[in-house]
Amino acid sequence: MAYVIIGSCIKDDSCIEVCPVDCIHPKPGDPDFESAEQLYIDPVECIDCDACVEACPVDAIYAEAWTPEKDQYAIELNAEFFLQRAARDGAPA
Amino acid sequence: MARPAVRVAVVGAGPAGAFSAAQLRSWGVGEIDLFERLPTPWGLLRGGVAPDHQEIKRLEQTFDRQTLGRGCRLLANVEVGTDISHAELMEHYNAVVYATGAQTDKSLGIPGEDLPGSWAATEFVAWYNGHPDHREREFDLSGKRAVVIGNGNVAADVVRLLTRDLGELERTDVADHALDALRDSQIEEVVVLGRRGPAQAAFTSAELRELGNLDGVDIVVDPADVELDPVSREWLDEEGTFTARKNVELLREFAAREPTGAARRIVLRFLSSPVAIRGGDRVEAIDVRRNEIVRSGDGSLRARATDDPVETIECGLVLRSVGYRAVPLPDVPFDENYYVLPNDRGRVLAADGEPLPGVYAVGWIKRGPTGILGTNKRDAAETVARVVEDIEAGGLPDPPKGGDDLDALLAERKPDLVGVDGWRSINEQELEAGRSADRPRVKLASRDELLSATKPAQPA
Ligand SMILES: Cc1cc2nc3c(=O)[nH]c(=O)nc-3n(C[C@H](O)[C@H](O)[C@H](O)COP(=O)(O)OP(=O)(O)OC[C@H]3O[C@@H](n4cnc5c(N)ncnc54)[C@H](O)[C@@H]3O)c2cc1C
Ligand SMILES: NC(=O)c1ccc[n+]([C@@H]2O[C@H](COP(=O)([O-])OP(=O)(O)OC[C@H]3O[C@@H](n4cnc5c(N)ncnc54)[C@H](OP(=O)(O)O)[C@@H]3O)[C@@H](O)[C@H]2O)c1
Ligand code: SF4
Ligand code: SF4
Repeated sequence: MAYVIIGSCIKDDSCIEVCPVDCIHPKPGDPDFESAEQLYIDPVECIDCDACVEACPVDAIYAEAWTPEKDQYAIELNAEFFLQRAARDGAPA
Repeated sequence: MARPAVRVAVVGAGPAGAFSAAQLRSWGVGEIDLFERLPTPWGLLRGGVAPDHQEIKRLEQTFDRQTLGRGCRLLANVEVGTDISHAELMEHYNAVVYATGAQTDKSLGIPGEDLPGSWAATEFVAWYNGHPDHREREFDLSGKRAVVIGNGNVAADVVRLLTRDLGELERTDVADHALDALRDSQIEEVVVLGRRGPAQAAFTSAELRELGNLDGVDIVVDPADVELDPVSREWLDEEGTFTARKNVELLREFAAREPTGAARRIVLRFLSSPVAIRGGDRVEAIDVRRNEIVRSGDGSLRARATDDPVETIECGLVLRSVGYRAVPLPDVPFDENYYVLPNDRGRVLAADGEPLPGVYAVGWIKRGPTGILGTNKRDAAETVARVVEDIEAGGLPDPPKGGDDLDALLAERKPDLVGVDGWRSINEQELEAGRSADRPRVKLASRDELLSATKPAQPA
């Protein structure tokens, strides 16, 4: 399981500030930060601690199992962001 | 740590103003006044963000908690430049932070743009969101086809509002006058014109995906339109953003769909620029020219007109959604080329290029009308850092007058000023009306209604 960010994210970075394992990207300063329409959670790194849910001012983060029906697409989207990112710069996601 | 006693005026209680006030407060500024020309705070969060995106409106609670809940004052229904001048603010505050946003729209500059039936999306958005300046507007929705120009998220918002199932809209805080008009809407088809191709669309993939998921609405994309030209294909492969790749994927999926014969239809067309809007005393049609994508000298991908014959699309409504634009403030420097306050990382610059002591900018008036809500938080951090540097360097002007003088001036000039209590009363009445109607909120949409709601409701 992992946590998932859905499309209503307003990119205010509140979740980044609280994530204990630094698995929410891109981060301010990253080359792909400005063009990102939202932030994404790396499902491989996320430890399901729930801290980001509390921090998010617009309730854009869900535990995978509780992602609303209309936002289910986001589960794959979050994962895919990291796969494409790794493929792009050959760097670990 | 004790901070120097400083008074700051933030002009405009939109997201940029709210983030700035919150950050100034947490740094330790003692007195912060939020000026706002409307009787209600939060700018485009209330008056721009679409009513069917209620989750996002929850940010209001964060703003309230971090500003008004921490002793920042709200001085609403006061327009800076009209009710109180820039010079008067400088007489009463050490620093003034302008966060006035972009109050008007960009025009297309094509013939017929001013015909009745051709409007800016800005106006339509303000109307359906209950902005009191737009209460009396009427949009004729009696034609079968509407055309929306532009491929940004604002275009996506207005397309959704024009096509979404009424039962769903009735459960939002869309303005009642808009709900009434949309109930009688005859619009069956909304054609969206992008001047560049699918790979260059400015939609976020979240908004585009939503257009394809609306109940009772078909989405139509010509398969030929999603065959990318070589320049776009190369760009997408080599420089394309995650969003651009997702958009192209989504558009290909839309192009492969069979229409279901739904009552309403969204038609997305690309490489199409409007050249003229036609009609006698109101909009009857729009002339559209075909473009191709070329790489310009600076590397960017541009639309260039082709020689293909101009096509005429009949329609009863044209909404141009090609961007917002800021307006100058009296006696404050303005950059007429970029429509922003000239500034260096937030410090407003005088004509000689030197910072004007104590004057700052943040948000859309600082950097232009782009970026989502959170962008303004980082932007506020940059401006607030300048204010703090100037405080610490002792570089802020010392105003000759103080808070009591300001309050006396406003009491005389603006007896109908809306303070924190007045706004809380408006808010509570709107929420209460919402509770009884099973809606998140029922907006009071005229200035009179809003001002009378600043007094707590009398028990019936
Ligand atoms: C239609 C629309 C939908 C959007 N939807 C989203 C979304 O879903 N998610 C997202 O993240 N972002 C969204 N955005 C972007 C977001 O709204 C903006 O980034 C943000 O509002 C800009 O903040 P601002 O404070 O600079 O401007 P504004 O929000 O425009 O605030 C400016 C404030 O200043 C006040 N003001 C102006 N002149 C004066 C004056 N002279 N005196 C006193 N007060 C004055 C105005 O009344 C207003 O309240 C949307 C934008 C639009 C246009
Ligand atoms: N849900 C959300 O998150 C949400 C919702 C609404 C708004 N917003 C944000 O608010 C900001 C403003 O949105 P916006 O939609 O007003 O602006 P935008 O994203 O800049 O889009 C403007 C669109 O207008 C087109 N355009 C500009 N001039 C034109 C012309 N003369 N003829 C034809 N087309 C023209 C642009 O095409 P070119 O690309 O070819 O210039 C672009 O497609 C954006 O940052 C947006 O992301 C976010
Ligand atoms: S659940 Fe915890 S680990 Fe996972 S993204 Fe949120 S804060 Fe980070
Ligand atoms: S806290 Fe919520 S809105 Fe803010 S960046 Fe994280 S997911 Fe997006």
